[in-house]
Amino acid sequence: MTYLADVGTLARKDLLLELRARDTLPAMLLFVLSTLVVFHFVLPGDSSKLAATGLLWVALLFTALLGLSRSFAAEREQGVIDGLVLAPSDRSAIWLGKALSILVFLGLAELLALPAFALFFADVDGSLVAGVALADLGIAAVGTLLAAVAAAGRARELLLPLLFLPLAIPIVIGGVGASVSAHSARFLGFLAVYDAIFALVCWASFEYVVTE
Amino acid sequence: MIHAHGLEKRYGGKRVLRGVSFDLGPAGFLLVTGPNGSGKTTLLRLCAGLAAPTAGQLDVEVPRGRIGFLGHEPLVYRELTALENLELYGRLYRVPERRERIGMLLERFGLWDARHDRAGSYSRGMMQRLALCRALLHEPDLLVLDEPYSGLDGQGAALLDRELDERRAQAAFVVATHEPEQIERLASLRLALG
Repeated sequence: MTYLADVGTLARKDLLLELRARDTLPAMLLFVLSTLVVFHFVLPGDSSKLAATGLLWVALLFTALLGLSRSFAAEREQGVIDGLVLAPSDRSAIWLGKALSILVFLGLAELLALPAFALFFADVDGSLVAGVALADLGIAAVGTLLAAVAAAGRARELLLPLLFLPLAIPIVIGGVGASVSAHSARFLGFLAVYDAIFALVCWASFEYVVTE
Repeated sequence: MIHAHGLEKRYGGKRVLRGVSFDLGPAGFLLVTGPNGSGKTTLLRLCAGLAAPTAGQLDVEVPRGRIGFLGHEPLVYRELTALENLELYGRLYRVPERRERIGMLLERFGLWDARHDRAGSYSRGMMQRLALCRALLHEPDLLVLDEPYSGLDGQGAALLDRELDERRAQAAFVVATHEPEQIERLASLRLALG
């Protein structure tokens, strides 16, 4: 229970920080919306749903990357990560709290992106929503760990995409497959397995990322 | 409480600490002095468990949650108020009677009236006072303080003196400073680096 209380405290803190600073979520919302508008004009009128769905996933992935690149900004710029690392709570609580706040930001960005997708391109069905939800879990789990790795390095703006995008390829495969395939359940299962494995790996390895 | 033998720390090819040894008892007070770049901050980070030595032995017999650390950065969120920052740390450090303890520290360090102000709006001296409140919040058994007088005016320095005097018998201290004369009287052990 103490562990969950720590996670709740840390996630609440991140949401409060965003409410005050407003330097991540508005950028994510604007980015995802403007990307879909650009794609709307780029894609020929008679394009298939397949192509449009592919572009939706590109927009979602880069929106997530934008959010992740800011996720440890306060801890990095103000050195607060040392204070969190020294606390007696399990260090993985820092990862889980941060991942939860990322998940909220992604969810809010998609609340805007999916209706925009329906407006500009094609209908949004249940398998697409389920695919996005499962992809969010994987993005938040892996992305939070890699954002912490990148935050500790010097070329962090370069490092995060270089680390994150290769590991996000299975998420894109699963997400696109779940959205357009006739066998969407198979792809949703694949995403769930990816989420479970990577969440476990990230949870267990976060301690080594934040200590020298 | 802390046993260090032949401590060495390298960052890449650069050696920042070499052959440091000392033993600090439960109520000991280690005063670390030395010029810029002599490894004072590195030694303090090792003692706090924020870094691991490259070579040598370091045994800190204090659990992580019983260490109070004051570094160059105040380790507080600038977008949160003083009260919110201390609430956050109070929860994470499981401070009993958290609200009373936070109120007492804010009062003592002269920040009570500014408790609802964002930390980012604080002056350098107020920020250092807030950082001290954070480091002392959980009544640690080991206090690791890097330049604790930095940014404090006369009144702030006097407040810190009083706090150190009061806690001297209850905790061990590792303090790095450029102005050793201010706390020389408290030291039981001295270490000159560089």
